[in-house]
Amino acid sequence: MAALASGYEEAYPGMWQEVCDAFTAATGIKVNLICDKNLEDVIGPSMQGGDFPDVIHLATGREKGLTEQFIKDRNIADITDVLSMTVPGESAKVSDKIVGSFTDTSVTNPYGDGATYLAPMFYSPCGLFYNAGLFEEKGWSVPATWDEMWELGDKAQAEGTYLFTYPTTGYFDTFLYALMYSVGGADFYNKATTYAEGIWDTPEAQQCFDIIAKLASYTNPVTPAQANDQDFTQNQQLVLDNKALFMPNGTWIVGEMAEAPRAEGFKWGMTALPAAKAGGNGASYCWLEQAWIPAAAPNLDAAKQFVAFLYSDAACAVFAKGGAVQPVPGLTDSLEGDNKMFYSIYDNGADAAMGNFAAYNAVAGLGTVREVFLDPINGLVNGSISKDQWISDVKAASDQMRANIMG
Amino acid sequence: MRSSKSRRRFLVLCVAPAVILYFVFMILPTLNVFRMSLFERGAYSPTETFVGMANFKALMNDVKFITAMQNTILLIVTVTLITFFFSIVFAAILTREKIWGQNFFRIVFYIPNILSVVVIAGIFSAIYKPENGMLNSILSFFKGETVMVLWKDQPMVIVSVIIAMVWQAVGYYMVMYMASMSAVPESLYESAGLDGAGRLTQFFQLTLPLIWTNIRTTLTFFIISTINMAFLFVKAMVAKGMADVGLSFMYAQKDAGLYGYSMAAGVVIFLFSFLLSALVNWVTRREVLEM
Repeated sequence: MAALASGYEEAYPGMWQEVCDAFTAATGIKVNLICDKNLEDVIGPSMQGGDFPDVIHLATGREKGLTEQFIKDRNIADITDVLSMTVPGESAKVSDKIVGSFTDTSVTNPYGDGATYLAPMFYSPCGLFYNAGLFEEKGWSVPATWDEMWELGDKAQAEGTYLFTYPTTGYFDTFLYALMYSVGGADFYNKATTYAEGIWDTPEAQQCFDIIAKLASYTNPVTPAQANDQDFTQNQQLVLDNKALFMPNGTWIVGEMAEAPRAEGFKWGMTALPAAKAGGNGASYCWLEQAWIPAAAPNLDAAKQFVAFLYSDAACAVFAKGGAVQPVPGLTDSLEGDNKMFYSIYDNGADAAMGNFAAYNAVAGLGTVREVFLDPINGLVNGSISKDQWISDVKAASDQMRANIMG
Repeated sequence: MRSSKSRRRFLVLCVAPAVILYFVFMILPTLNVFRMSLFERGAYSPTETFVGMANFKALMNDVKFITAMQNTILLIVTVTLITFFFSIVFAAILTREKIWGQNFFRIVFYIPNILSVVVIAGIFSAIYKPENGMLNSILSFFKGETVMVLWKDQPMVIVSVIIAMVWQAVGYYMVMYMASMSAVPESLYESAGLDGAGRLTQFFQLTLPLIWTNIRTTLTFFIISTINMAFLFVKAMVAKGMADVGLSFMYAQKDAGLYGYSMAAGVVIFLFSFLLSALVNWVTRREVLEM
C-alpha cells in the first residue's frame, strides 16, 4: 500500500497507518504502508524496475502526472467488481457507501466504457477564496455574476487592492472546469473535456477565454513572478494581506496558511465561481482524489479488499480526524467550523462540476493540458503572450488531443 | 617472465572492480538511453514500440525543445564568461595583493558552493521578492522611489537565474585559481617588476599563461556542470515554462508519459555537451608553458 502524505496526513499524523492497522484487525491481512509527501519519487523508481505496490492513493492533477501515466498506459486494474463487494467487517455493499454520482465520472471511469478503474476517495469543493472579514468591513457583497465581479474589481482597484491572484497556473485547472460548467452547462463541459471538434469556436468557449483574459488584466501583477513551487505561498499571502481579493484554491488552504500572518479581522470565505449571466447558477469544481490498483499488483484480491475497506465506518472515522471527507452518504453532517461552510457550497445553489479532461495517448511535441491551456496564463498576466496566440495554441493542441483520445 | 605475469595479474585485479562498476553503472545505462530513444513507451509501462528516428525528427520540430536549448546555450555562455571573469579577478587580487581579511573573503566566497540548490533557491526567493524583497528594497533606497522589478517574471527571469548561478559558482573556481596562482614562483614577479612590468602586464603576461592549463580543465568541467546546474536552478527557482532548459524539457516529457521522447532529448543533450567540451578543448589549446 502506498499513500500520498497530503495536508490531511499532516493534520492528523499516522492517519494512514491507523487505517492499515484497522484493516489488518478486520481481515488478518498484513499491510506494509509507504506514506510520503513525494510519493512519486519513492515508489516511481521501483515501479520502473517492475515492483508495484498493491494499492496506490495518489490523485490525478499532480505535477509529476504519475496517475495520468498509468491511465494512459492502461496500466490500472478494473475495480468495477469492488463496488458489489461487501465492506470487510460490515454487512453493507461498497456501492451503498458511495454517493452514486461519484463513480460515474471520467475521474473514476477514464475510458468512458462504464468500468470503474479509480476509487473516489477524498473530495473537496474548490472555489474562490477571499477575506470574508474585509467584505464585511467594506460592505461589499460577493459577486454573483462576472459583471458584478468586474465592478467589484474596479472598486477595489480604487482602494489599491487587486481583484485576483493565483498560487500557480496549476490552480487554474479546477477554475477552468468550474468556469466551463457555469458558462456552458453539462453539455458544453462534456464536449470540451473530450476536445469535440470546433468546441473552442463556440460562443461559450469565447466567453471562457474572454473571462480568463479579462481576469488576467485584473490580476495583481506580482503574481507570475511568484507563481512557482518556491514562492506560491507568497501569492496566497496576497489574499491574507488584502492585496488581492480572490484566488482559486481548495479547502486545504486553511491548514496550509494556518501559521501565516494576516490582516486584522481576517476570516476565510469561499464562493463558487460567479454565474455566466444574471439569474444563472455559479459552479464549483469538486476536487476528487483517487485510490487505485496497478494492473501488475502482486496481491490483487487483497488489494480489492483494502479498497473496499476504505469505505468502512472505521476508516471513514479515521480519515475524518484528518479532515479528509469521502463521498460517503451522511458524512458531511458531522463537519465543523470552516469545513462546514466549505462543504455547504453546493447546498447554496452552486452547480457541482466533476470530471477531467479525457485521457489521450501522449504524442511527441504535444504537451499536457496544463502546459497548453493553463501555463500561458502567466504570459497573459505579464503580457508576453497575446490572447489570440493562446487561443490558437489551445485549438491546435485540442485537435491533436482529440485525434489521440483513448477509449 | 614469471614476475611480469603475476605483476600483470595483480594490476588487472586492482583495476577490475572500478572497471566493472563503471561499466555496469555508467556505460550500460548510457547505452540503454541510446536504445530507448528509438522506442516509445510510458515510464511505468511494460510495452514498448520501435519508432526508429521518429523521436529525433519530432524533437527537431518541437518549438519548446528549441527554446529550451537556446536558454541552455544562453546560460552556458553568459554564466561561464561572468563566472570566469570574476573568479580569476578575485583570485588574482586575493593572492597577489595584500588585503586585510584575505582568508575571510576566501571563506565568504566559497560558502555558496557548499549550500544545496534548495537553500540557494530559498535565499534568492527572499532577495528577488517583488514587495520588500532585498534587491528591490536596495534599488528603491538608491532611486528614492519604490522600485518594483519582477525578477522572476518575464523578461528578467533569465537574468535572475544567471545571477544566482554565478553567485553559486564563483567561489569554487576562485579557490581553484588561487591554488594554481600561488604556485607561480615569487621570483618571476620580482624579475618582471625589475624589467618594468606593471601589475596589469604581470597579470596578462605571467599569471594568465602560467595557469592556462588549469583554466582549460576547469572550463570543460564548468560547461558540463552548467548544463546540470541550470536545470536544478530553473527547477527550484522559477515557474514551469518561464525559462525551461534542456534537461527540464527532458523531465517534462517523462512526466507527460513520453519516456522514449525524453530519452531522445537526453541523447541530444549528451551529444551536445560532448561536442561542446571537445570544441572548447580544441579552441583553448596553447603551448604549455613550463615554470
